[in-house]
Amino acid sequence: MAKQYETVIGLEVHVELATATKIFCGCSTKFGGRPNTHTCPVCTGMPGSLPVLNQKVVEYALKLGLALNCEINRYCQFDRKNYFYPDNPQNYQISQLYLPICHDGYLEIDVSGEKKKIRIHEMHMEEDAGKLIHDEWEDCSLVDYNRSGVPLLEIVSEPDMRTAEEVIAYLEKLRMLCRYLGVSDCKLQEGSMRADVNLSVREAGSRGLGTRTEMKNLNSFKAITHAIEGERERQIELLADHRQVVQETRRWDDNKEASYGMRSKEDAKDYRYFPDPDLQPVVISDEWLKKLRGEQPEFQEERRERFQKAYGLSEYDAGILTQSRHLADLFETVADLSGFPKKTANWLMVEGLRILKEKGQEPEELSFTPKHLAELIQAVERGEINHANARLVFEQILDADVEPLHFMEEQGMRMVSDDGALAAAVEETLCENPKVVEEYRSGKEKVFGFLVGQVMKKMMGKADPGRVNELLKKRL
Amino acid sequence: MEKLCYMSALELGQKIQVGELQVREAVDSCLRQIAAVESSLHAFLARNEEGLEERICEVETGIREGRYSGPLAGVPAAVKDNICTRGLPTTCASKMLEHFVPTFDAEAVRRMEAEGMILLGKTNMDEFAMGSTTETSYFQITVNPWNREHVPGGSSGGSCAAVAAGEVPVALGSDTGGSIRQPASYCGVCGLKPTYGRVSRYGLIAYASSLDQIGPIGRTVADCAALFAVISGRDEKDSTSSGRPLETLKELISGGLKGMRIGVPKELFGEGTDEEVRKAILDAARSMKEQGAQMEEFSLGLTDYLIPAYYIIACAEASSNLERFDGVKYGYRSPEATELHEMYRKSRQEGFGAEVKRRILLGSFVLSSGYYDAYYLKALKAKALIKEEFDRAFEKYDCILAPAAPSTAPKLGTSLTSPLKMYLSDIDTVAVNLCGLPAVSVPCGLDSKGLPIGMQVIGNRFQEKKILQAAAAYEALRGGFTRAGLEWR
Ligand SMILES: [Zn+2]
Repeated sequence: MAKQYETVIGLEVHVELATATKIFCGCSTKFGGRPNTHTCPVCTGMPGSLPVLNQKVVEYALKLGLALNCEINRYCQFDRKNYFYPDNPQNYQISQLYLPICHDGYLEIDVSGEKKKIRIHEMHMEEDAGKLIHDEWEDCSLVDYNRSGVPLLEIVSEPDMRTAEEVIAYLEKLRMLCRYLGVSDCKLQEGSMRADVNLSVREAGSRGLGTRTEMKNLNSFKAITHAIEGERERQIELLADHRQVVQETRRWDDNKEASYGMRSKEDAKDYRYFPDPDLQPVVISDEWLKKLRGEQPEFQEERRERFQKAYGLSEYDAGILTQSRHLADLFETVADLSGFPKKTANWLMVEGLRILKEKGQEPEELSFTPKHLAELIQAVERGEINHANARLVFEQILDADVEPLHFMEEQGMRMVSDDGALAAAVEETLCENPKVVEEYRSGKEKVFGFLVGQVMKKMMGKADPGRVNELLKKRL
Repeated sequence: MEKLCYMSALELGQKIQVGELQVREAVDSCLRQIAAVESSLHAFLARNEEGLEERICEVETGIREGRYSGPLAGVPAAVKDNICTRGLPTTCASKMLEHFVPTFDAEAVRRMEAEGMILLGKTNMDEFAMGSTTETSYFQITVNPWNREHVPGGSSGGSCAAVAAGEVPVALGSDTGGSIRQPASYCGVCGLKPTYGRVSRYGLIAYASSLDQIGPIGRTVADCAALFAVISGRDEKDSTSSGRPLETLKELISGGLKGMRIGVPKELFGEGTDEEVRKAILDAARSMKEQGAQMEEFSLGLTDYLIPAYYIIACAEASSNLERFDGVKYGYRSPEATELHEMYRKSRQEGFGAEVKRRILLGSFVLSSGYYDAYYLKALKAKALIKEEFDRAFEKYDCILAPAAPSTAPKLGTSLTSPLKMYLSDIDTVAVNLCGLPAVSVPCGLDSKGLPIGMQVIGNRFQEKKILQAAAAYEALRGGFTRAGLEWR
């Protein structure tokens, strides 16, 4: 019988922090500037320049550390990691090795209803490197230091994951926490969240760890899932064949859907880490920690439960709305303003998420005045606009943040809500179509739609179909 | 009348402030002296010629309009070539940075400019401040103004020689293990190494970041104190700079010796110290005692560990600090290289001198895995214990007296052949850097060859006032110091 194997996975995740300025200088962290325009003597490693720590980076690290249930090193320091490469202007990266800011935490994930704790080994602050661009035309390499010095947090898990689903759940949870905290937007495609996968396999039941490989360049959940599956099979094949797994770094190729060995760890570099003498140790006071603890937001789980209780939402709906803190905030504000929480949830989930999906946007990108959506929902509930038109207005609110009442008026979408006119139209219709009325009364219910249509025609479309139904039924 | 170029900086400044002297006259007197002596002294690597005329006018107007009212406004100065000056080459006396022109001023330079001082040029030094004789400079050999067959000391040899020879009244140096105090003693001038954190390191091209400190060099203690007052103080751009309150110039040098408790560590006067040096300093101590100072010999422990601890820490930091010189962004790039790692290798091989390479290798070794604990961490532990020794001493004493160097200036060409011997001669100065203390070197006599001897007054952290006060009082006792006696033509 074939042997059973277990996959053992640990993750090293880099998260780019959403600070306005870099970690050791005042340069902007904005994405996409012209090459070398967001730079200064510090982040280009000019002689004589010195780093000065951006306190916001420490604050963000602490916030995430607390959310990951970590121990906080109240006295931490920065170390230099020395290696020569042109994207690294000083030829050392300022990072943390000996005393990282956070350690020994955990993250609880939920995979198909099963909860599991993934332990966090440590989390540290460091600076990003620049980008090398090879100019084929000139046959030379150019370097852009705009990303050099952008703050990163590296979160290193213990090898506690066993499947790709667990890995994805871990990353989704981590991303949710970062976004709730506002410390990072965590976009895999743009590189603001990067995950390196350490994977080994062992015979089921065995307690030791097999030789692991590290996979890099995984830019999507799909790539991560496929890389894990591929690497698991590759290693099992090797072992089944009585061959060795080589400890190495492997690079994922998205086009070929396969990973390739980069360099083996045998010629691993000696980074000659030592404490950076240009920076003072970071001392974290009781008051600071206390303040940050007090500022921690309500995370998804608590919020979901509260939404279920306070707004009577289903677990599913509350879960969807709390996936993003921004969406949850929007929901809560609109629900409170409009007084129709369930309707609000419907609008946001059905129409809102559909539109986002069409545009390929994230919930974070929703930006409209909550009051506008609340007014629209109220107008619908008052019967002042029919549903088809309301959808159009909703799109306008999402697109251009229009004031719904004003817009409805302008576009002639506002329905006559006084029953007098509607009642008159109903009377008229009944008088003009005695035959049809007869047919209906004799049991031919199909003709009801025709009558509704006639009334709507008289009202030039500006009537709530529900109300029309109601009045017609009452008179028939 | 005394030649203008030998007038003290404070006197020049005072005369300029009251209108008795034009800024131009002060500058011209220095330029004439430079023209007279530089061809044999070789203290300068670059001269600030372009823009000098404009600067003189700007400062003269500024003084008249009250914008520059400090004691050193209008006073000419020189700056060591490892301190960045915007638009003026800053080479660290290395082929690696031969054509490097910084885009910004070091904070100390910025403060001198804001005071209204006039920068005349950049001075020679040991390459990347690594050396004790200024002979490791890639460009030229600076000689000792007292005897041109001797070295000026190092690494701030250019600055000290320029001040001693009357080329400038004051200059900036940097001190990582004695690089201000030792050449000051060899050249018969005053040099202050401030408390670590007192002067911003922003713009100082780092040798060993935890030990480096910029400091003033002058012909009198008061001139050093005045320049120190200009350049010191908290700078947001340097995380290691201190916000401790500062004394005024007057506070820094007044008070005298009466009641001052001074300790004399016998370990720094023992074997290896020239008899003439020992005698000169003990004579100075005696005269200070006569003025009411309490003088006491004491034992300073762990002095055997000073040199090893210092060289391990300094080289470790240097090996990392100098990594940025790789031929990619600025500085020397080997024209031979065809591929990245070859470019690194060749640029660094051809761009750095032997002493720099020796220290990079030493530093890389002590940080490498497997040796980190045995060397680097051990050196840090030794440093902490040495600090405790000094803490104990400063419970009893206001100042500690020591030689600035175990001997007077050696002959040119005799030091580099035995690096280890050269390292050992740093025994009197490195403790101050390891412990972040302030210390001033003040001339206290000549040896039988007519070469100056320097006495070092060491204080506790942030106690610049005490050491300057003691040094100024001693200087007054000593009386005018003989001028560097070279006939230059
Ligand atoms: Zn920058």
